Amino acid sequence: MNILETDSARLLTAVRTLLEQKGIVSTAEVMERMATTDAANPGQGGRMVAKAWVDPAYRALLLSDGTKAAEALGIMMRGMPPLGVLENTPEVHNLVVCTLCSCYPRAVLGYPPFWYKSASFRARAVRDPRELLASEWKTVIPDAVKVRVVDSTADYRWMVLPVRPAGTEGWDEARLARIVREGDMIGVTVPGI
Amino acid sequence: MFAAGETVRVKNEWPEALGPVHIRTPHYVRGEVGEIVRYLGDFPNPEDLAFARPAERRPLYHVRFLKGAIWPEAKPDDELLIEIFGHWLERP
Repeated sequence: MNILETDSARLLTAVRTLLEQKGIVSTAEVMERMATTDAANPGQGGRMVAKAWVDPAYRALLLSDGTKAAEALGIMMRGMPPLGVLENTPEVHNLVVCTLCSCYPRAVLGYPPFWYKSASFRARAVRDPRELLASEWKTVIPDAVKVRVVDSTADYRWMVLPVRPAGTEGWDEARLARIVREGDMIGVTVPGI
Repeated sequence: MFAAGETVRVKNEWPEALGPVHIRTPHYVRGEVGEIVRYLGDFPNPEDLAFARPAERRPLYHVRFLKGAIWPEAKPDDELLIEIFGHWLERP
């Protein structure tokens, strides 16, 4: 079999050609979306988190309208689902999962990690999140902190604003952004130094 | 429309038993009581959108459930926060 001539590749070419001919989506728009998708990575979410940690006005914008907050940092959100951001506090820890499929804030975090789509992660996250986080990530949520499992079931995409770790006083945005990991913005881990 | 703070019950309906469907309401909250946290906006009904039918825009809500009401093991006062369309909710 010539892998360059698979049925799926021919189907893709046919659909793209039809979309172009019918004036629904241009090749330039497809290329733009591919570039946006390829550029999306956890570093973008990390920049948003770091800015929210040092800039109270930006933090307020991030929590009220994640899409606008992403756009404010030059992240392309056109055509993407609305982004909601949930704040971790000393009282509440958020964990994002999509039990129905694999909804993930791709515009700001890029492709989801492989385990995010697994049936095991999805089932355990809603049923026993504390055990899941402790056994798989060594993330132990204290009993006094409420765990809020966010099942991303519909049109929004959800990201977590983690708590800024102690010991980072006086750090600038760039330095803060470097300690924010992908898992911190889904709630399977918490940032540390 | 439902208001923030209002108590709601997810309809205990199982349309997947009747034929092909596309539903964004997880099975584990069907029939369960929760609380409206906030209205998220109107979105085309995915149950029609998935089948390329004309999709009416429907209100979407963030609904909070006490975890213990659904799975009593672990910590019952933890929460689940789920997006649920208004047509899946009723006043208990």
